[in-house]
Parts: sequence; structure tokens; C-alpha cells
Amino acid sequence: MYRYDEQDHKLVRERVAQFRGQTERYLAGELKEEEFLPLRLQNGLYVQRLAPMLRIAVPYGLMNSTQVRRLAHITRKYDKGYAHFTTRQNVQLNWPNLEDVPDILAELAEVEMHAVQTSGNCIRNTTTDQFAGVAQDELIDPRPYCELIRQWSTFHPEFAFLPRKFKIAVCGAKEDRAAIRAHDIGIQIVKNDQGETGFEVLVGGGLGRTPILGVTIREFLPEAHLLSYLEAIVRVYNQLGRRDNKFKARIKILVKAMGAEEFARRVEAEWEQIKDGADQLTPEAIEWSKRFFPEPTYKAFSNGHGEAVLRDQAGEDKAFSRWLERNTFPHRVNGYQSVTLSTKPTGIPPGDVTDRQLEAIADLADKYSFGEVRVTHEQNVVLADVEQEKLFDLWQEARKHGFATPNIGTLTDMICCPGGDYCSLANAKSIPVAEAIQRKFDDLDYLYDLGDLDLNISGCMNACGHHHIGHIGILGVDKKGEEFYQVQLGGSSNEKASLGKVLGPSFSRDEMPETIGKILDVFVENRQPEEFFIDTYNRIGLQPFKERVYAKAS
Amino acid sequence: MQKPAKPSVKKPAVKQPIGEQPENPAKLILDGAIVDNQWNLLPLGGEEEITADNLASGKLILPLSLWLELREQLQDRKEEIGVWLDSDETADLVGEHAAELPLIAAHFPLFTDGRAFTVGRLLRERYGYTGEVRAVGSFIRDQLTYLKRCGFNAFAYQGDQPLEGLLESMADFSDSYQAAADQPRPIFRRRALA
Ligand code: HEM
Ligand code: SF4
Repeated sequence: MYRYDEQDHKLVRERVAQFRGQTERYLAGELKEEEFLPLRLQNGLYVQRLAPMLRIAVPYGLMNSTQVRRLAHITRKYDKGYAHFTTRQNVQLNWPNLEDVPDILAELAEVEMHAVQTSGNCIRNTTTDQFAGVAQDELIDPRPYCELIRQWSTFHPEFAFLPRKFKIAVCGAKEDRAAIRAHDIGIQIVKNDQGETGFEVLVGGGLGRTPILGVTIREFLPEAHLLSYLEAIVRVYNQLGRRDNKFKARIKILVKAMGAEEFARRVEAEWEQIKDGADQLTPEAIEWSKRFFPEPTYKAFSNGHGEAVLRDQAGEDKAFSRWLERNTFPHRVNGYQSVTLSTKPTGIPPGDVTDRQLEAIADLADKYSFGEVRVTHEQNVVLADVEQEKLFDLWQEARKHGFATPNIGTLTDMICCPGGDYCSLANAKSIPVAEAIQRKFDDLDYLYDLGDLDLNISGCMNACGHHHIGHIGILGVDKKGEEFYQVQLGGSSNEKASLGKVLGPSFSRDEMPETIGKILDVFVENRQPEEFFIDTYNRIGLQPFKERVYAKAS
Repeated sequence: MQKPAKPSVKKPAVKQPIGEQPENPAKLILDGAIVDNQWNLLPLGGEEEITADNLASGKLILPLSLWLELREQLQDRKEEIGVWLDSDETADLVGEHAAELPLIAAHFPLFTDGRAFTVGRLLRERYGYTGEVRAVGSFIRDQLTYLKRCGFNAFAYQGDQPLEGLLESMADFSDSYQAAADQPRPIFRRRALA
């Protein structure tokens, strides 16, 4: 993975010193509340219902075991002994003291981490596929490009006070596991007919109260122009994005109002002026970035050897076989497989892990996966390079630490926002709904039979829980001061992304598990062999679900 | 059938300011030093119509709309006429004319309105402007380090913090990742990439 050189270290250290000064001036009353606000946001610190929260950047979701151990130490020393993995592959602390934050940032800087631009109206952490570099369907490893984008966007002097937050996601595989269509800029790495690498560029995606999927404004951008094109897009947005209404300030509103064609025309015009300038990537720079993501020193296994071992083990142990089926992912190298550690056993807020669990993750990574850890946008953790022969051992250890709930990709592997338990903007709590659903559907055979199913929950229309792009989406709404939940069906976040449609009137919290049960019944009764929920929904539409759920009791 | 004639419209609508208008403090930071402000700044609007003839004497920073109107007539006062751009006015509105101007200011109606950062870069990098680029309005101390990178060399700060502190903040960073007005080469062109 990427390693800091002296320049990176210096920049991050200087940033910590800068923020330390700002915090001191704020506490001394020299910096007004409203002036401190964007400064602290851009250092990851935002104040919530109960306490300040600190969002720590995990560039494109990648960490080494040393960094994970440092996080464990930080949660112990400065927080309540747990951390939260977010939907943008970051890590969040829920209880730090404002006064301690500069020290926390200094501790992070020692291990090449920071909280820069994880919040605020600036370019946020770039995200990507959690299986980057190992997926069988990958065309090109996105991580070297993500790192170049990280450097370009970090402390960008022109784009620190944009109209609104700005998120970029990159996908290098056939299947879009990075939800690039739900981002301000989505980048799909492609090859043209001549075999040259380039990018399809999408803009104007985003969730929140006006969910919109990104549209392609350029089919093929040559590799060298990645940064100049990004700069052109953000520059047009900085000049023309709305600033009079924060709910209309995202780039998606500008693109929609202007029309994607006109927006593209302006971007191209701006880009023409800068494309041959200093931001043009040199072949040396691309090669240099690629060298940070070398192939690990894989052992040479013969084809099929690992599978045979696994078949035997799985035949003898049903629980292992389940875990193997749901929580591992095929690897492009013989004898290896990727493992997802589930942070979603029933009863734990999705994405939460304790300090001990963080340490366990670091140990498992060292022992089984070249010391590397990835955070997924579904808030789980991936060990990407595990020998198939060692999966059984890993599974047993993961079980001990509570990571082996075999539910990845199933109904109970939900994305869930912090909701009313933590967030002052919430209309409703979301974590208790997640838990009630997990409790109702705890029969693993039933879950497996249902197959791949994304259920996403947000506590309000800001949509931090991505409810618009869940196959089943749940949204907390306020009805005369009471917490209610609206259900949407048919959303999807992958390359066939779609936004869910509202089923009908909302439900009380008590009604939710039952309602989900009815929806699943309709699916099970109507599904054709091999169909997942989203396929059946796309075939039969909303109506049959509606009829069942709102049927009058006879 | 002929419609009754509309009452004649007097003038094209004068540009409305975005938020508060910039102040013109007595002292400012110029090229890294605290100096007296040599310029007056004319706000937008005002009761009486301003013409080339009744324009005040001395060094004057005009709103862009007024300058565009009077530009031809002010040719022999070039040395003492600057312009300020409101935050909804882009650098290309001055564009190639920039070279005629000794000073171009960009306004922050709110410090969170970051459009001026782009103005600075475009003036320097696209239009090759070498005169004074001045930040005016509600920007804050903590923005100086980025403003400097975007080509600003003058800071007419109107907040309540001492200017000495602002000078200090310009040294917050000693290096950068991107190319900008102060650094023609992004870090990937400066690193030893071997
Ligand atoms: C104040 C309480 C809030 C909490 C606790 C909260 C929490 C979160 C968290 C943890 C994430 C993942 C962040 C990351 O790693 O970058 C997130 C993402 C997000 N937040 Fe929030 N958030 C809050 C407010 C808001 C507001 C005010 C908005 C919009 C106006 C918003 C819109 C979103 C969206 C749309 C995403 C991710 C989806 C995307 O990629 O667009 N959130 N939020
Ligand atoms: S979706 Fe709403 S309730 Fe949930 S975290 Fe975001 S702002 Fe808070």
C-alpha cells in the first residue's frame, strides 16, 4: 500500500500543528464558533447530539495492521473503547473530547493517517472497490489512481470552500462495488479499442433528499488527464454551483438544472485550457503510484488444490460451509480467497467494533493476509489475500472474536446510519429497527434461501444509510412528533444502479419486522429459480408487494 | 391590435451585491508586510449615478460592472483604477483586460463562499496577471495560506484579529501536493519517482 515519504509526513504534521493552533484559538475565544466550524469539519470533527465525533480518513478503505492497532489504542485512550466503520470506508469515533483531538491527530500522523477533509464542503476521501487488486472481474487496479486523486485533492487550495461536500468513487471492475453512480464524480476505469487505459467519467450522482444517479459526461478520458479533468469539473462546480440554498448546492442539482450536455460542454471548455498543463500525469508518476500496490508474494498453488481441501472441510462442518459461502469472495490467484469479517451480528450497531476487535483484526491480517485490512462501504472488514488452506483456521479465530456471522450480502448485513441514537437531525432511530429485523430473521437457512439482498436504513432524508439504493430501503420519517418508517423497494447500487420507489404509507417501529416479512413472502412466492429479490422486483413491479403489505385484515 | 406602449425602462438593472459589501480597512497585508491601504473602494449601488467625470480622484477600486461601463473613458487614469469582483463574477469577465489593471480584488461576501479562490488562480495562471490580487470582504485568517496559493498577494482583512497573526498563518504549510499559482509543478513532477 501507499507509504508516506518525507513530504507527505511534513504536510500532515503541518496540518496537525495548524489545527492545534486553531483549536487553541477557538478555546481562547479568538476564533468564533462559526469560523471554527468549517475548520474543524475539514479536520474530521463534527459535533453531534451527544458529543463531538471524529471521522478518520481511510484512503480508499485501505489500512495496514499497524494503523488498525493505533486505532484500537486511540479508542481506548481517548474514547469509549469502540469505533465505527462508515459507509464511505472511514472510521468514526463517537466520544472524543474536543481538547484531545489535536493529540489524536498527532497520534494518527505517526502511523500515516489523518482526518483531513472527511467532513465539510470540500473534496472528501476517495472510495473504491474493497476487492481492488484481487477481484476476478477486475480490469485494472483502481488503487494507484485513487492515491493520485488523494494527493491531488488533499489540501487543495482552490476547493476547500465548495458549495457543498464532494465525493469521488473509482471502480476498476465489471461489477460496481463502489456505488460510483451515487457519487458526485464516479470514475469507471476502461480500456479503449487500442487497449489503452482510460476513464469513463460520471457526474452528478448523490443521495440525500434529492437522490439522483450520476450520468456519463465523457466516455473515454485518456489516463494522463485524470487530474486535469477532475480539476475542470470541480472548478466549474465551484464557480457555478448554488450557494444560496444548502439543499440545492450539490453538483447533482447544477448538472440537473443546466443539463448534462451543457455541463459537459463547460467542463470540456475548461479542460481544454488546462489539459496539457502541469496536471497532466506523466507515465513516471503513474508507474510510481502503481509500485505502491505490488502483487503480494503469493505462494504458487496448483489449480483446484485449495478448493478440494475446502470441499472436505465444508462437507464435515455445516457452519463453516455457510460462512464459506457467504463471507468469502473468489480471488484471481489460485489457492487464495478474500474474506469479509462481518461487523453485523444481531444486536450490535452495524459497523461498530471494540478496541479488542480492532486488535484482533490487526492480528488476523498479520497472520493471514499480508498485514492488510480493507473497510467496505457496507461497513464490514475485508482480508483480501487469504490462502484457501488457512480459511478454516481463520474462520475459527474470527468466530471467537465475533466476526464470523455468516450473513454477508444477506438481509441482515444491513447498512444503517447512526440515526436518532446519535444524530440530532434524525426523524427516527435506525439502529433499533435494524436490530428488530435481525432478530426476526435469524434463521440462517431462510436468509440463505433469500440470497443476496441489500437492506439499507436511514433515520432521515439525508440518507447517510443509503436507503435509496437498497433493494429494500427504510427511511425514518416524523409523523406528528412520532417516529415512523417509510419503505422503498427496488433500489440498487451496482452498475445497474437504480433508486427505490416508495411502497406507500409509513409504519410504526413495531410494525416494521412484520412488514419486511410480508415483502419477503411476496418475493418467495413469486421468485423464479435463481432469482434474487431485485430480479423478482424488476420483473413483477411494486404492485404485488403493495397489495400484500396494505391488505386489510380479513 | 397595438398594445399600449410600456413605460420606458431607464437603465439595465444595476447588479445587486451578494451579501454585505466589502469594507476598506486602513491597513492591510501586501506581499507579506503590514502596510497602509493606498486605495479607496467604491461599493456597488449608491444613490447618484457615477460617471467618468464625477468619479473621485486618487486610487480607486471600482465594482466590475461600473468599470466595464467606464473603462474606455478612464484610459488616462489606468494607473489608479482597480476593480473588484463580487463573488458571482468570474475571472473571465476581466479576462484579457486584466493587464490594464494595477489591482484586481475578489470579494468574500461570506468567508465560506469560496468562488474567489478560483478567481485568483485564473487571473494568475490563465490570464498571466502580475498586478496586485487582493482579497476583500469576510475572509478569515485561516484562509490566507490557501489564498496565497491561489495567487492572492494582498489581504484587506476586516475581521477583529491582529494582522500579525494573519502573517504567521501564511507559513502554515511549507509544501503542497498540487500545482497552483505559487507552484507550477504538482508534487508528482517534483518527487524523485525512481
Ligand atoms: C448530523 C448528523 C449526521 C450524522 C451522524 C451523519 C453520519 C454520517 C456518516 C457516518 C456517514 C458516512 C461518512 C463518511 O465516512 O464519509 C454519512 C454519510 C452521508 N451523509 Fe451524513 N451524517 C449526518 C448529517 C448529514 C447531513 C446533514 C446530510 C445531508 C444534508 C448527510 C448526508 C449524508 C450522505 C448523503 C452520506 C453518504 C451518502 C453519499 O455518499 O452521498 N448527513 N453520514
Ligand atoms: S440519515 Fe439522518 S438520521 Fe441518519 S445519520 Fe444521516 S442525518 Fe442522521
